[in-house]
Amino acid sequence: MRNLIDILDLTTSEIDELVAVANDIIESPQKYAHKCAGKKLATLFFEPSTRTRLSFEAAMYELGGNVLGFSEAQSSSSAKGESVADTVKVVGYYADIIAMRHPKEGAPLVASMNAGIPVINAGDGGHNHPTQTLTDLLTINREKGRFDNLTVGFCGDLKFGRTVHSLIGALSRYKNVKFVLISPKELTLPEYIIKEVIEKNNIEFVETTNLEEVMGQLDILYMTRVQRERFFNEQDYIRLKDSYILTPEKLENAKEDMCILHPLPRVNEIAVAVDNDKRAKYFEQAKNGKYIRMALILKLLEVE
Amino acid sequence: MTISPIENGIVLDHITAGKGMELYKALGLAELDCLVAVINNAYSIKMPGGRKDIIKIDAEIELNLDIIGYFDPGITVNVIKNGVNTKLPKIDPPKEIKNLIKCKNPRCITSVEQELPHIFKLTDSENKVYRCIYCESKAK
Repeated sequence: MRNLIDILDLTTSEIDELVAVANDIIESPQKYAHKCAGKKLATLFFEPSTRTRLSFEAAMYELGGNVLGFSEAQSSSSAKGESVADTVKVVGYYADIIAMRHPKEGAPLVASMNAGIPVINAGDGGHNHPTQTLTDLLTINREKGRFDNLTVGFCGDLKFGRTVHSLIGALSRYKNVKFVLISPKELTLPEYIIKEVIEKNNIEFVETTNLEEVMGQLDILYMTRVQRERFFNEQDYIRLKDSYILTPEKLENAKEDMCILHPLPRVNEIAVAVDNDKRAKYFEQAKNGKYIRMALILKLLEVE
Repeated sequence: MTISPIENGIVLDHITAGKGMELYKALGLAELDCLVAVINNAYSIKMPGGRKDIIKIDAEIELNLDIIGYFDPGITVNVIKNGVNTKLPKIDPPKEIKNLIKCKNPRCITSVEQELPHIFKLTDSENKVYRCIYCESKAK
């Protein structure tokens, strides 16, 4: 039985397979409309989420399956002090597959050890969010047609951004990928990711504080939000916050076919005016999330 | 100071000076009812600073070699039977350790679910880096 806890649980050829299935679903959704008839997805969301939970639920409904679950810890037995292991053991009797979000890091791994049915990590604190990474990869594939030979810029909060860490891990397995890491000094990529992921895979990378300076090099710009609470003092935040807000002016030197991604929700880090730019793909990315989750559910349920 | 030789037992040699008591506790040697000697700051040609700690256990017991491998793979384990000393092969750091150390990450699931075993995996053998299997935090 397979689970998806970390994006690196999947080999690159498995990612290729999932992307191929997702692309086929987009082309011919009717072929998949009854693939999961009679199957149930349990969405166990111990903390609130909009896109992830709804896209999992939409994915299962579009496969002809059903959904049960809860959307906050208060409406689950964990509010009474039940352990993750006990909760999922019981859910394992009622459902065929679990998608779990939990504020504590490692909770989905505990679930996968106890559920008896496949478990998908739908986000565990600041740790992993592999289906977001799959969503990012499907979007990159659809926009660029490849995962190799890409210069990928990551901009904003690279220190705490789990989506950035996971995507860097996933892309580090492809040839001739270059990373451009754009962030304030306070929010640079953690040293262990540079050492244990980027340098270990001999990936070329540069670190910079200036987005406009590197804009022209990028094939993909992955934006994240610089949050006020990450700064030790308010003055630094005020000084830096606008540097990492994407505006049409900052895109002047960008490649014509550059692709702007963002895991959403967006607050103010991408100006609304950018939404009309043909390079803005973040809403497309959110749409792709449903299709890749459909492909993932089919794979983990071993539905042909 | 003289500590008499052991006829049947175990001698842990080449322990970094000052770490003997820590290893004594980690191995749970306080629970034994046999004679156990912890020798601090013994003279050593091999060890840096010319000092080492030694633990002598006057009984044939089963030691958890994973603990020794995690603690310091440089420790020499001598098993003595009828006065004959057999030096065990070098102990590699274990691939996994369970309930030997605790994850200190307050965001880790182990911080709220007390009954979960604390398991760490060796992720970088060159630098002896262990990470929690749940949250991947580095062992401290």
